[in-house]
Amino acid sequence: MLDLTYEAPKVKTIAGAKHDWELVIGMEVHAQVSSNAKLFSGASTKFGAEPNSNVAFVDAAMPGMLPVINEFCVEQAVRTGLGLKAGINLTSAFDRKNYFYPDLPQGYQISQLYHPIVGEGEVLVEMGPGVARKVRIERIHLEQDAGKSIHDMDPHMSFVDLNRTGVALMEIVSRPDIRGPEEAAAYITKLRQILRYLGTCDGNMQNGNLRADVNVSICLPGAYEKYQETQDFSHLGTRCEIKNMNSMRFIQQAIEYEARRQIAIVEGGGKVDQETRLYDPDKGETRSMRSKEEAHDYRYFPDPDLLPLEIEQAWVDDIAASLPELPDQKKARFMGDYGLSDYDASVLTAEHENAAFFEDVANASDGKLAANWVINDLFGRLKKDGDKGISESPVSPAQLGGIINLIQKGDISGKIAKDLFEIVYAEGGDPSQIVEERGMKQVTDTGAIEAAVDEVIAANPAQVEKAQANPKLAGWFVGQVMKATGGKANPAAVNELVMKKLGL
Amino acid sequence: MSIDENTAARVAKLARIKVEDDALPALAADFNRILGFIEQLNEVDVEGVEPMTSVTPMRLKRREDQVTDGHQQAQVLANAPDAREGFFAVPKVVE
Repeated sequence: MLDLTYEAPKVKTIAGAKHDWELVIGMEVHAQVSSNAKLFSGASTKFGAEPNSNVAFVDAAMPGMLPVINEFCVEQAVRTGLGLKAGINLTSAFDRKNYFYPDLPQGYQISQLYHPIVGEGEVLVEMGPGVARKVRIERIHLEQDAGKSIHDMDPHMSFVDLNRTGVALMEIVSRPDIRGPEEAAAYITKLRQILRYLGTCDGNMQNGNLRADVNVSICLPGAYEKYQETQDFSHLGTRCEIKNMNSMRFIQQAIEYEARRQIAIVEGGGKVDQETRLYDPDKGETRSMRSKEEAHDYRYFPDPDLLPLEIEQAWVDDIAASLPELPDQKKARFMGDYGLSDYDASVLTAEHENAAFFEDVANASDGKLAANWVINDLFGRLKKDGDKGISESPVSPAQLGGIINLIQKGDISGKIAKDLFEIVYAEGGDPSQIVEERGMKQVTDTGAIEAAVDEVIAANPAQVEKAQANPKLAGWFVGQVMKATGGKANPAAVNELVMKKLGL
Repeated sequence: MSIDENTAARVAKLARIKVEDDALPALAADFNRILGFIEQLNEVDVEGVEPMTSVTPMRLKRREDQVTDGHQQAQVLANAPDAREGFFAVPKVVE
């Protein structure tokens, strides 16, 4: 593996009335575990079902019902931990977090406060070529999701759907290592990418399958470094937690707003209250959730319905052995093996399906050309075609590899290749056969090209004179010959002949 | 540790149990008796002893990741004081 050393990104500062301020951000990301059934019941996790149809009596907290853990959810949490280079705790335990809300029929959420299943790990968040922030992960624990309350169907009532109740979540808790709104978004993007590679969470933010609580505080330049040296939080400002956001854009807006709000308070001589806030995207501001303060005494205690969760090292090792190649390694390998730029490698590894497609094309043809064609032509074409994903691509890796091979063999020019690509995209078929059948083959026969060059020169004496005075204008002849041959002439051969014939 | 009436009232509120003011002194006294018993247990030296979570050596029971339950909307809603269009209907709780 390549040993990559990164430079830390520049810390975002916000100018206050008196001086500059820095931001300190930590995140709790709730990622829905990809599983068929819920964490402690056999009800389905499927999104968009009839209300209250994916509900077992356990989820509805009927008296006497007992939770039985879904082993696959445990495996997914372990897999996620390994993917984030984190320690796995062979013994973990479940606790009850007590609060009352209509979409939480148990009156408590089963979570893991004292003994989480996953310990410390890290995520490398790239902010540009060679620039990255290493964000430390404090822990990951398994917990139940709550149900969904709908408030806008009736003026006096809230409607509750328990389909989501009891679905397994992984809460991924970072250290306060994120230093600006853009880094926060990049962190979520990277985390989402890793989870999707691992197959442990589909990362669908719109459906709420990935959402974040963001802790924001401000400090004076220099204070954060003292915190990092000592891990003593007293060097940092008081934090506020912005709850439950599932949009990258809103997360960034909320952080920016919240930081400015705190700066105004502190510079005005006031004190920031530690509290939970909500972001209102319509107003572009955060506001206090005061009514929840009273409920914040969660009275955690070990769940007596569940024995400690003990797993075996051998099982963890098996999961580790089955991990896929992760984004950082894949990107480094693409740069090393195929000679791709940092940017191209990042684009191609963003989604593992894209990376796999690219590799198939590259292995059937040439790495760098494959990267160009996949990124510029195929992605561009799919986007125009109703924003299709790579899995819906009408062009297969073998077909695209075939087109690239035809260019490399000199059978077709780059320009004709674009036409060929469009034909394959729209009609399908074998690229080399299409080239044969439709006479798209590049003319490499110098006699034929020479004739075309002679013809253009003979027909344009005025242009000849101009070009002889200013050789830069010779390109016009090349263009005319290409046009005359329907783009099939080899451009290099045409160029050479034009220069020779014009005596340049 | 001693529980006063204010603490008793707060615990009752957190548990959503209505306790009349005149019942608070007795409740606080009950709490104190329970805590006194715990204090007594605390006198036992458990240095180096792992907390016991089960009287028999048992492994946490697991289930496979298969959908085996659900599709019982009517039963789930059967005890609800109010249900509409498949939802539990409760007094408005939005902030």
